[in-house]
Amino acid sequence: MIPRHQKLLFGILLFASLIMGLTLWQLRERAHQRLIAGQDSAPTSAPEVAPAVEATLLVANDSDNSLLAQARSLPLPADPGARARAVLGKLLDLYAAPDATHPVPGGGPSVLQVFLLPAPQSGAVKSTEAPSDDQQQTGPQLAVVNLTGSFAANHPSGIQTETLTVLSICGTLHANLPRVTEVRFLVDGKPRATLAGHADLTGTYLAAEAVPTEGAHP
Amino acid sequence: MPVRHEIWRFSAACLGVLALAAQLSAQQAPPAPAAPPPRFVVVLDAAHGGGDSGGRLANGQLEKALTLALSVRLRSLLGARGIQVVTTRESDAAVDPARRAEIANHTQAQACLSLHASESGSGVHLYASSLAPVRPARFAPWRTAQAAWVTRSLALEGTLNSALLQAGMNVTLGRTSLPSLDSMTCPTVAVEIAPELGPDKKVASALDDPAYQARVATALAAALLEWRSEAHP
Repeated sequence: MIPRHQKLLFGILLFASLIMGLTLWQLRERAHQRLIAGQDSAPTSAPEVAPAVEATLLVANDSDNSLLAQARSLPLPADPGARARAVLGKLLDLYAAPDATHPVPGGGPSVLQVFLLPAPQSGAVKSTEAPSDDQQQTGPQLAVVNLTGSFAANHPSGIQTETLTVLSICGTLHANLPRVTEVRFLVDGKPRATLAGHADLTGTYLAAEAVPTEGAHP
Repeated sequence: MPVRHEIWRFSAACLGVLALAAQLSAQQAPPAPAAPPPRFVVVLDAAHGGGDSGGRLANGQLEKALTLALSVRLRSLLGARGIQVVTTRESDAAVDPARRAEIANHTQAQACLSLHASESGSGVHLYASSLAPVRPARFAPWRTAQAAWVTRSLALEGTLNSALLQAGMNVTLGRTSLPSLDSMTCPTVAVEIAPELGPDKKVASALDDPAYQARVATALAAALLEWRSEAHP
């Protein structure tokens, strides 16, 4: 004879087992639906690649203290800021290569951002009015290049090597974005006195002056 | 009548005393001082120092030590040739870039050399300020004070270049923006010494080679002598 309380306990356990089984079956169904839904949202076409365009890189050479213009075909984005960052990234990739003529570690990721702003007006009297849309579309621009702290920390120290890095960045920006007439530098988003102990990073560089004439040295 | 006669005699005596005093004072007056010789001062600025060790060179040597050694060597060479030298530091001390420019500007030197060293490149690199030349003015902005001296700085750079080439060294010329250089109100050139590479791109003379340092210092001293003769012929 089975006691009554044992029958009751058995019934409760059986009911709980059925409920748990039902719950598990429902969870499995939901997971299956999620998996199917994920497969459906997978890309069915290849990502769009920006068309390759001709870019000019002013590549520094330590052995003769020169900047040499090199034409490269690069896939560049349409947005000017992103384009400037991509071009400078390629330039610094060349410097990080083992056989570089101007060896500097870091490579493309060393350029965090390039901000393009309307260049400040020159002259003693400055207008207090905001630049018009037309001026913003066609006027000269100031490029603010934000570099990583590790790039500055690992940059070789010396007047020649630091000057060549700064001038090649300025010249490359001007060669590919002719509206960029002035360049300023930040490191990790903050002003920094020098690149690696020598070249001044607090001032504004005139980009056009960095572009060498044929056979000239900076 | 005797009173008038006395007055004439007294007046004549007074005039005689005055004439004698004038003659004596003329004899005792020191001769007019000769024009002082033209002052020629050179400022030697050994870059870095203290906590700012500059670049790390081969064999673990620090840039601040090499620039100080070169400054001491060059000061001796110039002193032996009768050139007055002012240095921005004589020991491993930190000197602010603004303080370096202050020292040079108070000296009113005829030549200022900022001494640097680097493992990049080859030979001696000479740099003048990249500021655009302007006409001298009574007051100049501190950060661009060198602009009024750029033309003279480029001339000094040319004299240094000639002397170094004559000493058989590899020289590169350039323009740059350095914090202390741009504030100096004297003909200023940054001299950066790098190892001398041979035709096979291998190091022919290392930076820590005393003979190489002596060769550079001798050529720089010869250039400054030439500069003095051009400034005060």
